[in-house]
Amino acid sequence: MSGLYYDHQLTGRLIVVEGIDGSGKTTQALLLQQWLAAQGITVFFTEWNSSLLVKSATKRGKKQNTLTPTTFSLLHATDFADRLCYKIIPPLKAGMTVIADRYAFTAFARDTARGADPQWVRRVYSFAPKPDIAFYFKVPIQVSLERLLNARMKLKFYEAGMDIGLSRDPVESFELFQGRVLDEYDRMAEEFGFHVIDAKLPIDAQQRQVRAIVNKTLAKYLKQHRTVVPDQTLGTLQRAIVR
Amino acid sequence: MNGSNGRFFGRGLPYVNIDDLTGRLIVIEGSDGVGRTTQIGLLKTWLEVQGFGVVETGWARSPLVGETIDLAKSGHDMNVLTFNLLYATDFADRLEHEIIPALRSGFIVLADRYIYTVFARAAARQADPQWIRDLFGFAIQPDLVLYLKVDVDTLIQRVLLSANLDYWEAGLDQYPGYDPYDSFVHYQARLLRQFNTLAREFHFQVIDARKSVEEVQLRLRKRIARLLNIPVVARV
Repeated sequence: MSGLYYDHQLTGRLIVVEGIDGSGKTTQALLLQQWLAAQGITVFFTEWNSSLLVKSATKRGKKQNTLTPTTFSLLHATDFADRLCYKIIPPLKAGMTVIADRYAFTAFARDTARGADPQWVRRVYSFAPKPDIAFYFKVPIQVSLERLLNARMKLKFYEAGMDIGLSRDPVESFELFQGRVLDEYDRMAEEFGFHVIDAKLPIDAQQRQVRAIVNKTLAKYLKQHRTVVPDQTLGTLQRAIVR
Repeated sequence: MNGSNGRFFGRGLPYVNIDDLTGRLIVIEGSDGVGRTTQIGLLKTWLEVQGFGVVETGWARSPLVGETIDLAKSGHDMNVLTFNLLYATDFADRLEHEIIPALRSGFIVLADRYIYTVFARAAARQADPQWIRDLFGFAIQPDLVLYLKVDVDTLIQRVLLSANLDYWEAGLDQYPGYDPYDSFVHYQARLLRQFNTLAREFHFQVIDARKSVEEVQLRLRKRIARLLNIPVVARV
């Protein structure tokens, strides 16, 4: 029943963006959403770690620093399952496009980098449907680090993997931990057929690639659901991006 | 003591070494209302009198998600997936912070229910049995599983005497709109069938829980005494 390896039978379409923190995947996902919405496609956007069910537990574990690789993984899996049942599956059944900012692959990369068994994590998430398209925004650690430090000057404890004690220096810990995460993503690219996007490229250049892939892969679906011709919208959006 | 058998149930915890566990993990399984808590209390005192260090552990008691589970249950805000994942989180928290450290220090851990309860409930709720077994692959195999077995009629009378029918124990998520009593009977009967299947699969030691508290206690002590290699007591 490993859903992630078989095509789902739902009428909607699931697009996933993956990549390490600071890879720019959220920006790309939002631009994709704008473009699809402008064509009259109903898009539902969902983020990692946003359900109420386990928010307080995650917060408690992080605050008291009692999370282990296994409980860390399971809390995120619970959260994901909750979101899947209430937020992802219903719009897919209703024929909508769901864009997920991070998906089960985030868990595979992070939890494995923390020391959880890679096969175990995959089995835990075997209830997840396979995305129609999974984008992987690949970026060197240094670029992502610069982007994050530029934006908020401080690295988050778990984002830097400080919980597993690789280094006491947040920047060094980030480099080591995200390096492991990056290795896991690279390993998964083939296993799950990721579309790899060079996230060092300018934002609009990446978005052009993303849209081309979506246009090609979801051609039939888009044709059925589109109410506005896409080329009219591309120009305005590109102007918005440049500005 | 020879020490716990130190084997994981499935794929285990790659970052935890359990070769050096000297304690023993003893599991007491059985439906709600079967008298587990009473029996565990008596066992604890008895073992302590014998000079053993004893630690008790039970479901939904983890500092991490115990409250979350209570909250989610009261709001009925769970489905089969989140239900099992939350229980797995609770168990992992207790296993890593409580059970393994205790076993490493040579304690006897008395577990009030173990992964089998989750397997039985999941099966009664039609979850994928392989998924649930894989999910709990990080569990440690117990040294002994003592199953307090009753028939559904006895169970119902005991539950009605001791407490109100609980929404989840009555399986009302499975039979919405049912009369709570009818739902309870259906659900508990289904659960008991699952337990009997599990008893064979995982070699439970079955104890007839319809007997008196003293008689049940005596039978439990006999099994435990054999495991610990201590003299068998004649009476409670």
